[in-house]
Amino acid sequence: MSFLNNHTKLEKSATWLLIASLAVVTVGGIVEIAPLFYLQNTIEKVEGMRPYTPLELAGRDIYVREGCYTCHSQMIRPFRDEVERYGHYSLAAESMYDHSFQWGSKRTGPDLARVGQRYSNEWHVQHLIAPRSVVPESVMPNYAFLKDTPLDVNTASMKLTANRRVGVPYTDEMIANATADMRAQANPEADTKGLETRYPKVKVGNFDGDKTTLTEMDALVAYLQMLGTLVDFSTYDESAGYR
Amino acid sequence: MKFGSGIILAGGLWYVAVMGAAFAVDEPFRQHMWIAAFVLAAFTIALMRKTSFEPQPPVDDNTYMDEPIRYGVIATVFWGVVGFLVGVVIAIQLAFPDLNFEPWLNFGRARPLHTSAVIFAFGGNALIATSFYVVQRTCRARLFGGDMVWFVFWGYQFFIIMAATGYLLGITQSREYAEPEWYVDLWLTIVWVVYLVVFMGTLLRRREPHIYVANWFYLSFIITIAMLHVINNLAIPISFAGSKSYSAFSGVQDAVTQWWYGHNAVAFFLTVPFLAMMYYFVPKQVDRPIYSYRLSIVHFWSIIFLYIWAGPHHLHYTAVPDWAQTLGMVFSIMLWMPSWGGMINGLMTLSGRWDAIRTDPIVRLMVAAMAFYGMATFEGPMLSIKSVNSLSHYTDWTIAHVHAGALGWNGMITFAAVYFLAPRLWGRERLYSIRMVNWHFWLATLGIVLYASSMWVSGIMQGLMWREYDEQGFLVYSFAETVAAMHPYYVMRVSGGLFYLAGGFLMAWNVYQTIRGRVRNETPMGMALPPRGAAMQPAQ
Repeated sequence: MSFLNNHTKLEKSATWLLIASLAVVTVGGIVEIAPLFYLQNTIEKVEGMRPYTPLELAGRDIYVREGCYTCHSQMIRPFRDEVERYGHYSLAAESMYDHSFQWGSKRTGPDLARVGQRYSNEWHVQHLIAPRSVVPESVMPNYAFLKDTPLDVNTASMKLTANRRVGVPYTDEMIANATADMRAQANPEADTKGLETRYPKVKVGNFDGDKTTLTEMDALVAYLQMLGTLVDFSTYDESAGYR
Repeated sequence: MKFGSGIILAGGLWYVAVMGAAFAVDEPFRQHMWIAAFVLAAFTIALMRKTSFEPQPPVDDNTYMDEPIRYGVIATVFWGVVGFLVGVVIAIQLAFPDLNFEPWLNFGRARPLHTSAVIFAFGGNALIATSFYVVQRTCRARLFGGDMVWFVFWGYQFFIIMAATGYLLGITQSREYAEPEWYVDLWLTIVWVVYLVVFMGTLLRRREPHIYVANWFYLSFIITIAMLHVINNLAIPISFAGSKSYSAFSGVQDAVTQWWYGHNAVAFFLTVPFLAMMYYFVPKQVDRPIYSYRLSIVHFWSIIFLYIWAGPHHLHYTAVPDWAQTLGMVFSIMLWMPSWGGMINGLMTLSGRWDAIRTDPIVRLMVAAMAFYGMATFEGPMLSIKSVNSLSHYTDWTIAHVHAGALGWNGMITFAAVYFLAPRLWGRERLYSIRMVNWHFWLATLGIVLYASSMWVSGIMQGLMWREYDEQGFLVYSFAETVAAMHPYYVMRVSGGLFYLAGGFLMAWNVYQTIRGRVRNETPMGMALPPRGAAMQPAQ
């Protein structure tokens, strides 16, 4: 163990101690994380993924704001019980536009990765207003205020622009129409042709049941109703991901 | 002018905050900027009331700069009690959900408040204060930087206030242990760089040839947290007057980056610098040298090298590539050894002084802290094994694990350090009450046992219920049934938290009385109490 005697050199120089300890802690990140950014097989090829609509994105921001991830995961593991309970296990591609990811690490409530289209809009609204009125065992807080809070539409295009800067493929057209698309998605009487070509499979509806105002409840329910619905598993070829 | 630079800086920031409120693009940002403006205005006015234009006496470089450390000890105790209190509140909310008060005090907003309050406010203040104390004593040099030290203290408190109020307003990045938004992150970066400058500057002006082992750990903590913080928080804000930002990374890469940060917040915030505290305060309190110098070298370099790799064990069986998960698991298991190297080095320092456990409750706190450290660093590698993790992940078992570590190791070693520092910093003969420390020790221990055991049971039980099939191949329990089954354990956890919180209050009272210079009239520890009514009995 005589090589340990050389340690006195580091012990006598604060600068070298700083440099050496920084060098030692960078190795793990370089070997373990950096390759994930360029290895092709990190994210499998799937059909159907598209960026969030402005309304869904606003709903997602509310999901983040309220800390839903502290109790709900969005990551189904490939186990028999999870796949039976929640649906097909989650694919990497399904969160490719998620800045930041919402996989969560605690299931005080159930996984939400594929909650979209499982319940009606009315169920979601009632559940968010008073969870125990539909699930007596629930320990979820009430979110009745969402129904009374008008949605902030002014930042819609700013949010899309910021997402484009971090790599989400929003087009100029999508950004230009952000506010209009946001309103149209929550209004079944609006002309939604443009919205539907820009965002395939988009679910349009008066999500919160209130026709007069666009509320945060509209946005959050729109987001919940699209979760896990984009990838078409009837055409998904698992073996195509093996390389 | 006394406090001149502080007044200018705080006043300037106040102006920035008011401008931020004026041009805010979203409502939460406007509210947050008004809070910042109010806090900064109060701070500026407080400084202006204390300013003077008399020439200041020159600073004697042969003395230690202890005033910021006194503030730091008070802040540690204060934020500790606040953090424990919020923890008890959210524990009650899980047991009795009607105690959520929307929107500001819903569980989803209060839970990050609890984790940040205990890790960064309580733990962070303890680390900054003890690092300033230890580096001066072991280098025999006054802190470098003068007013920069005060900037670190007050700048860090401002960070805490902005982070905490932000969570309640719903301003969050949703990144575990890194929830504050971009502008609060930028502020913390500035404070942290100044902290590094103060610490490095003090090391460079040391009068001891060798840098003491505790300072290796502190230095590694400061520089690594800087690296983790900057990379994990890379994000694009929607506007320079908006509270919302989007992470530079997405999906898989974002998850791995976040848990590279998240696990190393545990490593380089809650382990490495707390080992530094152990390396200074344990030898001082028992008056023995560190057990093994070589062991400290080997375990220091191996622990900082291995820890960085462990992050992906938070992402087992997710969409993260298998090779990254396995790598994370292997390194997590290897971590067991250097972790126990630290525990052994600390515990064996008591060789020849084990009797102190009987007479000195501060030593008792230290030994319990190291024992909990050893237990948590065995449990951690075990939970990182993929097959174990398949059961434990997403359940309360993880919560039990972190609290054994946080309440047992971080909490108790910090309490010991506070009890060590209080009489010395305020020049008192001893603490107000040693017996109260003993009460604190037992309240905390009982609290941890109740907390961890109830969460172990609820976690393993829920994990097993989720995967239980009947003989016909159907899932036995609906999710809601597993939630209902948690209720008794959630109530039990509240009682554990209350015990721990009660200990915190006892510490606050003890430190307060010590600062006031009071000494409680009590029988010294290790001596039998006089039997009840002894004075009434005639001498035999």
